[in-house]
Amino acid sequence: MYEMIAFYLFSALTIVLFLITVMSKNVLYAMTSLASGMVLISGFFFILGADFLGVVQLIVYVGAVMALYSFAMMFFDATRDIKEKNTPASLIFLLGGLSALVLVLMFAAPIHSEAIQALYPIHDGAGNAQDVGIVLFTKYLVPFEVAAVMLLVAMIAGIILAGKKMDQSLTKDTSVDAEDEILIQKDAK
Amino acid sequence: MENLVYIALFAPLVSSLFAALFGMSPKKQFVGVVASVLLGISLVASLMLASYVYTTGNTIHVTMMDWISAGDLHIPFGFVVDQVSVTMMSVVTLVSTVVHIYSNGYMDHDKSFNRFFSYLSAFVFSMMVLVMSDNFAGLFIGWEGVGVCSWLLIGFWYHKEDVSREENPSISPSWAANEAFIMNRIADLGMLVGLFILYWNVGSLQYDEVFAALPHLSGSILNAAAIFLFIGAMGKSAQFPLHTWLTDAMEGPTPVSALIHAATMVTAGVFLVIRANPLFSMTPDVSYFIAALGTFVAFFAASMALVNRDLKRIIAFSTLSQLGYMFAAAGLGAYWIALFHLAAHAFFKALLFLGAGNVMHAMHDELDIFKMGGLKKTMKWTYIYMGLASLALAGIPFFAGYFSKDAIIETAWNEGTLVLWLILVVTAGMTAFYSFRQVFLTFEGDERYKQYGIHPHEMYKYVLIAMSPLAILAVIAGFFKEPFEHFVTALLPEYHMSEHTHHIAWLLGIVVLVFAVGGIALAFKKYYKGLKRDEALESSWYYKLLANQYYIPDFYEEFISKPYAMISEKMWNSVDMRIVDATVDGIAKFLYETGDGSRKMQTGNLSNYLNWMAVGAVLLLVVAAVSAAVIG
Amino acid sequence: MIGLSHYLIVSAILFSIGLMGVLRRRNLLMLFFATEVMLNAVNIAFAAISHFYHDLTGQMFAFFIIAIAASEVAVGLGILIVLFKKHGSLDLDDLASMRG
Repeated sequence: MYEMIAFYLFSALTIVLFLITVMSKNVLYAMTSLASGMVLISGFFFILGADFLGVVQLIVYVGAVMALYSFAMMFFDATRDIKEKNTPASLIFLLGGLSALVLVLMFAAPIHSEAIQALYPIHDGAGNAQDVGIVLFTKYLVPFEVAAVMLLVAMIAGIILAGKKMDQSLTKDTSVDAEDEILIQKDAK
Repeated sequence: MENLVYIALFAPLVSSLFAALFGMSPKKQFVGVVASVLLGISLVASLMLASYVYTTGNTIHVTMMDWISAGDLHIPFGFVVDQVSVTMMSVVTLVSTVVHIYSNGYMDHDKSFNRFFSYLSAFVFSMMVLVMSDNFAGLFIGWEGVGVCSWLLIGFWYHKEDVSREENPSISPSWAANEAFIMNRIADLGMLVGLFILYWNVGSLQYDEVFAALPHLSGSILNAAAIFLFIGAMGKSAQFPLHTWLTDAMEGPTPVSALIHAATMVTAGVFLVIRANPLFSMTPDVSYFIAALGTFVAFFAASMALVNRDLKRIIAFSTLSQLGYMFAAAGLGAYWIALFHLAAHAFFKALLFLGAGNVMHAMHDELDIFKMGGLKKTMKWTYIYMGLASLALAGIPFFAGYFSKDAIIETAWNEGTLVLWLILVVTAGMTAFYSFRQVFLTFEGDERYKQYGIHPHEMYKYVLIAMSPLAILAVIAGFFKEPFEHFVTALLPEYHMSEHTHHIAWLLGIVVLVFAVGGIALAFKKYYKGLKRDEALESSWYYKLLANQYYIPDFYEEFISKPYAMISEKMWNSVDMRIVDATVDGIAKFLYETGDGSRKMQTGNLSNYLNWMAVGAVLLLVVAAVSAAVIG
Repeated sequence: MIGLSHYLIVSAILFSIGLMGVLRRRNLLMLFFATEVMLNAVNIAFAAISHFYHDLTGQMFAFFIIAIAASEVAVGLGILIVLFKKHGSLDLDDLASMRG
């Protein structure tokens, strides 16, 4: 019963929040609603018994990723409303609606599950984190290490891409002086 | 011994590749010398192999490598040196070596000197593959290889323009080359079908396996295989009705005519019949047909040679005629006699052609014997050589042709096929007549060439010396008949005359001799003193019939070439242009227009691309859903 | 009772919302937000399947997706900053340099 209430509540909230993310003109609103949506998604994970995944979701998404976004936003002058020429609504609703319809139809259909069996079963006694740890460090060790390297590479890439010429203002109109400044810097080197 | 086999086989290839290096450059004398030396090496290796096989009686079988191995089909690059192939190897390399040396002199002034040697050596290599292969597939490769080289060499002077058939019966070298090639393709189809039949029923193309399996096959299959293989042999050996290419092939340089179109390649058909003798021995009907066809061609070709005025064409007709003799012998079961005549014929016919080449060289490429005469003063040695060769060809006693040709005629008597015997005897007389008609018209009588302002001169000394082995062999080859029989019947079926034939052999010999001497005497009477044109004879219908080769080339032209060209034109206009081309053009146009239309998608705006991507993704989703609904 | 289908349907709806965002937005930052939405929608589906089939594989994939999303954000934001420095805008309509 609680599960049902929680599910419907989370579902409704997530959908609304994500719709705001997608539709809002203001970056700040969009980001805030995205962050809240992600918190609620971690709620889904907790309902589903994936405790560790929920915690990771909170730490990585809500903690790290959203922090990154908020820092990035500061470069891009977040207070301004975003002026963009959006794609015609009819096309969006046609495609989005159609994909939603098809996916829902497919998922609503009964799944023939005789052939599906658990390769790495969840044990009742052990905690979720323990199970996850065992599987992650045995079967998925190599992908795990690769993912670690990938994160390292991404970090270095992010630093290099974003870190160059941080002394220049990004929000100022840089059409004339920035060019000169760069030239001056080059000369100085 | 294995090394000798490879040396004999690959020396010509090396020579060809070496000459090909200089193919585009102007004449380099050393190319000819190197090619001749390499061919000489091949000759020495072949002779050593021959003496090895002769003394020990062993055969050498080498497998160089696997060539085709696919499923049940297994064809190695194997070579066999046995009594038959070593005979062929010796003959081929001997004649080729002489021809190579000869070509140094003959092609002296030709700007494509190096290219010529490249082709000529390539031909020898192909011919060696043909005779040495231990399976039908290798034989076929050599068969096609000599065909290609023959095409290259007939069309060697490809730059000559086409002229009308009245002016030159073979139109132009390229025309003649194409004719030869196409005629051979037609026959090769037959040969291929024959090979397929054998492979289909035996499951192998190795000679020994095929021959071992023959007794288990049904008569109709054997007949079919024999007929189709013989069709291939007919093309290569220019038997009726595929004979027209051989005389037209005389457009090639004369050494080529001597090597390819007299001594070696055209005998490949006979070689095939001899090689496949177990097959042909089991199909008496086909063999009899071969004998009958051979006899017919012998007579038919000799009749055309009687009136021809072209020096090389006369010899070409005589080659045809002699090939007919060989087929007659092979068809009658006397395979070793066919092989013996093949070898003997190679010597004197190559000599005859090379002599003709000397005359041509001296007469500045004039070939009409009516415009020659009295050349013996300036060309004594050529006269002697050609005279010897003609004596051998005519079958005068103690020359090579006497032993081999008489044996064939004797065989015809022995088999009781008296009609064939009679035709062959008459043909022997005709052979003697046309050979000496040609010799006398060329070398004796009044000097008609003077009115054409030609100053003949004798060929280079070294060329004449190089020809001497052929001349010696043309004279003495016949004396090796007994050892030769002993040698090759180790492999080929023995053939003995019956007691009765043996007794009257001397009588039969005299009959043939009477005809031969009669022919020579007639030629002597008519032409020795000089040319007396006989208008009444020349305008008679039979003279015209013979001079025009029984109108067969015209017949082919009118009833095969022209309708074929017409059909091709129709097909080109209606089928190719309207259907095939239109389809291809349509596809291209469709693609072009689609591209033109879809180019508008390429706006450069990432957002548009994303939209298109989403459209695609949704479409795929729909397809997945629908297919899941339909299938699942 | 809440079954697997419920979760999958929610996931599908969220995914479609993300897709609509991708289609609609012209601002690169907002496009990033929309892709995050799509990734999260998929994660729900994985976690749900993992739960209902008692198999940890689904969760493993969700972990890796999170890892990839994190790296994507790190690199992507770096690129955005460079782009912004260069063009002074993040609007895709201003970045049409690949016009065919």
